[in-house]
Amino acid sequence: MPDFSRRDFLKLSAGTIGALAFSGVSKLGTPQVRAAPNFWWQEETTTKFNYCEMCYWSCGVKAEVTNGRVAKLYGNEEDPTSQGHLCPRGQAGVQQLYNPDRLKKPLISVGDRGEGKYREATWEEALDYTAEQLKGISEEYGGPESIAWLNHTSSGAWFSHIAAAWGSPNSGGPAHSLCLGAREIASKLTFGRPVGEHMPIDWENSEFIVLIGNHIGENTHNTLMNDFMGALSNGAKLAVVDPRYSTAAGKADWWLPIKPGTDTALLLAWINLLISTNNYDQDYIDKYALGFEELKEAVTDYTPEWASKITDLDAGLIRRVGRGLARYRPHSVVPPNRHTSWYGNDTQRLRALFILNALLGNYGREGGFYFAAAPWLGDYKYPPMKLESAGGGCGAGGGGLGSDTLPEGVRPRADEKGKKFLYGSLAEPEVIEAMVTEKPYPIKGLIADGTNLFHSVPDKERTKKALRNLDFYLAVDILPQEHVMWADVILPETTYLERYSDLKTIHGKDTPYISFREPAVKPMYESKPGWWIAKELGERLGLGKYFPFENIEEYLDERLGTLGLDLEYMKENGLVKQPQLSKPYLTDYVSKGQKPPFNTPSGKIELYSERLEEHDLGPVPQYEPVNDSPDGYFRLLYGRSPVHSFSRTQSNRWLSEIEDENAVWINANTANRLGLSEGQYVVLENQDGIRSNRIKVKSTQRIREDCVYMVHGFGHNTPEMPIQDKKGASDIALESEYKLDPISGVAGMRVNFVKFIT
Amino acid sequence: MARYAMAVDLEKCVGCGACVVACKAENEVPEGKFRLVTYEIEQGHFPDPKIELRHEQCRHCDNAPCVAVCPTRASYVDDNGLVRLDYTKCIGCKACMVACPYDARFINPDGGYADKCTYCFHRVERGEKPACVKTCPTGARIFGDLDDPRSDINKALSDNRVSIPKKEAGTEPKFFYLNEELTEVTH
Repeated sequence: MPDFSRRDFLKLSAGTIGALAFSGVSKLGTPQVRAAPNFWWQEETTTKFNYCEMCYWSCGVKAEVTNGRVAKLYGNEEDPTSQGHLCPRGQAGVQQLYNPDRLKKPLISVGDRGEGKYREATWEEALDYTAEQLKGISEEYGGPESIAWLNHTSSGAWFSHIAAAWGSPNSGGPAHSLCLGAREIASKLTFGRPVGEHMPIDWENSEFIVLIGNHIGENTHNTLMNDFMGALSNGAKLAVVDPRYSTAAGKADWWLPIKPGTDTALLLAWINLLISTNNYDQDYIDKYALGFEELKEAVTDYTPEWASKITDLDAGLIRRVGRGLARYRPHSVVPPNRHTSWYGNDTQRLRALFILNALLGNYGREGGFYFAAAPWLGDYKYPPMKLESAGGGCGAGGGGLGSDTLPEGVRPRADEKGKKFLYGSLAEPEVIEAMVTEKPYPIKGLIADGTNLFHSVPDKERTKKALRNLDFYLAVDILPQEHVMWADVILPETTYLERYSDLKTIHGKDTPYISFREPAVKPMYESKPGWWIAKELGERLGLGKYFPFENIEEYLDERLGTLGLDLEYMKENGLVKQPQLSKPYLTDYVSKGQKPPFNTPSGKIELYSERLEEHDLGPVPQYEPVNDSPDGYFRLLYGRSPVHSFSRTQSNRWLSEIEDENAVWINANTANRLGLSEGQYVVLENQDGIRSNRIKVKSTQRIREDCVYMVHGFGHNTPEMPIQDKKGASDIALESEYKLDPISGVAGMRVNFVKFIT
Repeated sequence: MARYAMAVDLEKCVGCGACVVACKAENEVPEGKFRLVTYEIEQGHFPDPKIELRHEQCRHCDNAPCVAVCPTRASYVDDNGLVRLDYTKCIGCKACMVACPYDARFINPDGGYADKCTYCFHRVERGEKPACVKTCPTGARIFGDLDDPRSDINKALSDNRVSIPKKEAGTEPKFFYLNEELTEVTH
């Protein structure tokens, strides 16, 4: 927190002030006592285009460069995702670039895994050694499937490309199984469409909004915040369902402080209410949906009074908000959130949420969900790949609903999709499990690109065991994060401000568009861009034909050529908009005599899912209780800070100045009962006896008595990064348990409990 | 010639801190110092708590005590109503820091002068908005010329409930809160 200098100053005696003032007066005759400071904006600047990678929202950026340094980042006014704005993290991208603790040279381990002892190496040596190790593993363990590729940055796609070319299906990242997988699978099951990276809610026409565990404002996605606030400014009503009084709850007309883990009961009660009072959109359901009678039958007993007992919410309040949804339909909406891996029943919870929206008749209608249009861009012409690439970053979340068809001889995914769970992209925790058990087959090589294995995957002790069990582990990163310092080889990547990246296609309502990134400055130290690292590694693995371009400029030129454009055009303009592709509403299809774009097997919204029925996984969502807290423990909830992204930004100077540690929120009455006071440091111990780093108490009226909350991403153990080292506690370290969602394979992490150790 | 003013719509502010970092970056504010800070206040009891944001920065007062007390006339009001600092004349005596009821000033550790918000006059001169206003993702920060009846600021001031923090100080600040609900209790 900032120091309030005036208060400090007032501590000085009046005599001192007088003396200072007098010395000032005595200098009145002096015209100049010091030189004027020089600001960057007094210098000549050049502007470079980029899209932000402080998170995955990809806001368009203009980087102002003076004397070879990035001085300031602005939102690009022409870019539909930034609209000229940047959030605090976007503003602080400069401090990622100039973070003094960055990885500077390739490193090769000279100690045991986890010891953190390294020697510097040349790129040549580090890449040769890496390729030799990976080839050795592939030979010894029956093929490239024995190597896993985990990523969480835009560069990740280049490494997924190697996995696909070589033939490892064990490629993915946290985006699916530790985040939005359940949402994507539930949406595809129900509407036959993904939700996608940018939430396609028609905020500007919404009149009644219900958020469930959806932290807009603490989740600082530029346009999402702007659109949400725009809706409220237009007079939309807002109800927020959350055990914690979030920033969004602070803007709400109604706060529903729900008992954690009971959200599905509330959603089913609203479904029951709409149907039993005949307040759903009958016309819409008749025309577009399938399975209404089965749904009606299945929710008969889920009355608001029933839900009241389970959710600990007032039945009248449940009815009041339900009536609001009905009254404003189809301009009422219950948007899904992003991080959906909560309790292991997550696909069914999200199915209930989407079914509720369908009953409001809002999908493909004004004020509900619009159909997001993708911009068109031709693919780069690669030779035929062995497997389909899993992609990179958050775009890798989701996955199809079919079973994987693999060419003969390729072993199926080691996460045991099809056995442990039904659908979706790679389940990262299950691949970690395979590294430990060597079942269904050994995973002996790992490439981690920009994904923090110790701060995203639950059961950290198991992750450590998995890393110890590997034959070879490569980390590609910007910073010496804890998991990076376990790798056998560490390769320093450039930040997004020092490199070209692939073109970014961004879906939209009115303006699907393609965004462009160019280096604002030359790479610092010996860092190299992700595309270059992947190409060099690919060539050493005998996969050179899958990287047929000399450099990325050539690659970008060819892709832009599919639009009749070139690199020079993008350097001038920074983006290409394609508004002609926009078809946001059902009327855009129906009026032209086209089929509504529900890509389910039936071509309709599937309230009843035959596909789930076939696998005995519940064709209609039903309520199933989650585990209850042991005596004396509180359920551990976690979420986001507006100034931090995951566990990536805690060493960013500007962001850590605003928030350099997290706090554990506890209801003030409970805090009093336990003798805990505001600001006191405590240690948390979970149900398995695992203890956290020390963490401050935030005693507040803004949370229920049965749970505690902390911001995710703190509690690093990184002596190499002093700004973040040992600051606050890690929720992941306390999440030694998780519950696997049998449909999507996401890992529900809100099944852990903690008590206070003072 | 203009009379520039700023407002923060507390209904729209989510306290994300984009303005704080934008200010820091734009003005190269040294580590540990801020020209602009935000904080949250909490009132009420479960299950009916309330929260609201507060922003602290220079108010560019029409009747600026920091200007009145400055012994070297380093602090002055410019033609556009902005309270400015002639860095070359500031002797770092801190008289302005004591005089300011808004705790808006601090000694810049690199330069030794009594630093504070300038409403980004260097951007305003080019016809651009201050960095904090430009970046605000929810449009909660509004800036403009009080002398221009069609300006954003005049529209915002006439379309919303307006309050002036610490109005009793009599400094005639040109910084307003819109739609303030909670009364801050200071301890």
